[in-house]
Amino acid sequence: MPYLQIDHASKSFPSHTGEGEVCIFNDVTIKIEQGEFVTVIGHSGCGKSTLLNIIAGLDTASEGGVILEGKEVVGPGLDRMVVFQNFSLMPWMTVFENIALAVRSAYPGWSQNQVADHVNKYIALVGLKGAETKRPTALSGGMKQRVGLARAFSIEPKVLLLDEPFAQIDALTRGVIQEELIQMWNASRNTVFMVTHDVDEAILLSDRILLMTNGPSARVGEIVEVSIPRPRSRESVIEHPHYYKIRNHVIHFLVRHAAHVGRGSGESAAGGNGDGPVLVKFS
Amino acid sequence: MSAETVGTEDSSVGNETGSARSALKPTKMRMMAGQAAGSPWMITVFLAVVFLLAWHLVTLRAAFDGKGLTEEQLQMMEFNGDIVRSPDGTYLWNPEKEKVKGIPGPLAVMEKAREELSDAFVIKGTNDHGIGYLVFYTVSRFGAGFLAASAVAVVLGVFLGLNKVLFKAVNPFIQILKPISPLAWMPLLLYTVKDPKWTAILVVFMAALWPTLATTAFGVNSLRKDYLHVAAILQLSWPKRLFKVILPGAAPTIVNGLRISFGSALVAVVPAEMLLGELGVGYLSWIEWNNLDISGVIFAILVVGCVGVILDSGFNKLAGLVTYQE
Repeated sequence: MPYLQIDHASKSFPSHTGEGEVCIFNDVTIKIEQGEFVTVIGHSGCGKSTLLNIIAGLDTASEGGVILEGKEVVGPGLDRMVVFQNFSLMPWMTVFENIALAVRSAYPGWSQNQVADHVNKYIALVGLKGAETKRPTALSGGMKQRVGLARAFSIEPKVLLLDEPFAQIDALTRGVIQEELIQMWNASRNTVFMVTHDVDEAILLSDRILLMTNGPSARVGEIVEVSIPRPRSRESVIEHPHYYKIRNHVIHFLVRHAAHVGRGSGESAAGGNGDGPVLVKFS
Repeated sequence: MSAETVGTEDSSVGNETGSARSALKPTKMRMMAGQAAGSPWMITVFLAVVFLLAWHLVTLRAAFDGKGLTEEQLQMMEFNGDIVRSPDGTYLWNPEKEKVKGIPGPLAVMEKAREELSDAFVIKGTNDHGIGYLVFYTVSRFGAGFLAASAVAVVLGVFLGLNKVLFKAVNPFIQILKPISPLAWMPLLLYTVKDPKWTAILVVFMAALWPTLATTAFGVNSLRKDYLHVAAILQLSWPKRLFKVILPGAAPTIVNGLRISFGSALVAVVPAEMLLGELGVGYLSWIEWNNLDISGVIFAILVVGCVGVILDSGFNKLAGLVTYQE
């Protein structure tokens, strides 16, 4: 039994015309081991963010479900913290208060001092010392997401859900925060489920990359193992012989196959009950 | 103007680029500086002086001149009360009748203001309280109605905002009740509570209720889902969710509703006092009219304005504490 399992999950919405339903993704099964960093890449509309929200408990699957540590996920909880694409910091709270709100909920028994120490530790970890009393409006996008990461790591969740966390951050800052994320994750080793559009980001951070076919009726088309040893840095990964092989393969899939695979089997193979995703490993 | 300037610049650039540019720059600078120059306070003072002078000149009346009038005519005018005989035997316009002849000038109003302000805290009779008391009555009447309405409206508004179905169900009633002038309620309220004092407060209450209620419900309803998602993931308790996330998140919208209510209540309190005969600054304006003291009416209008400004600035200070920038 894997640590986290998305079990035969499907999601459909009522269609615009009111007749029938539009299936976003169909019969998706993903198995994630404890401490694993798994990334999902796919074109817009393949339902990857919906999938993440289902794991978070913010959305429900039309069929199937999510199992964490042998128990079914029924709603949002402190064991699955999300880092949002648009940061979702409370603009009326300071940096400190935003993180403290999370820490107090996660550790209700703690004294004020314990909470403050814990919050300050994570503020220091993301390099935001001195900005504790600032409000999110006064911060750049990169700094906002550092607060988002600090808030997520501070409650030490079992599963960390990253929903295109760096999409709204400029490319230079993005690289810096990605390495900060690696360091924090190295220390905590949470299980991570990330959704992204950025192939380089996926290779740098993940153990496995799940490639989704295009919607409607999207599914996991391939699973690519990132065979680059850790610790990784932006500089070292690109020198690894597998880097461009993986990168080319992923981009090739997204450009050429994502649509074909989706169209080909999504309709005819009736929910993809036959063949599972193709496993890809370079050696 | 500016089009012409651009035209000149273009043509001269063709001839002699360097010198033409340097020659034109100062003109441009002067124009821009001219737009920004001048202190707004100076302009305010200037406008006030112009207004007062114009007012004074328009309302100025020549002193009574008895020349060309027979003794009989003068006696008739004195008998009618148009003029009075001063101790030295000359005639003057009757100052009492002057008060209701045309619009009084600024000096007359200032004299009235000085008089009223000098015994601001004197009670001369049941209906003749000093201006200080009147302001206090109006402010407390306004405050009671506005605060009660705000409390009810915010609580109901949050409740409706959180429950989409209920909001949709109740919204038609709010939409019908909202545009009714608060004064339209007055006869019914007076009939029901049978006490003008409470009726006046209830009229203010009615004026202040609907804008805050509708806006609060809207603000809570349209709160960004992300904040609620974070609250849900963090498993915040309901009171915490309400006081740490929902209310602060909707605060800017709620404050906007309160601001509309505030203005509407301030507008309602004056006629309510007039119609109900409740002591206050609105009533002052009416009683001065009954006294045929037009200076008094103008003074009362100015007091209403001043009370409004003071209350409004206080409100803005409070509003600044709870709003945030996205």
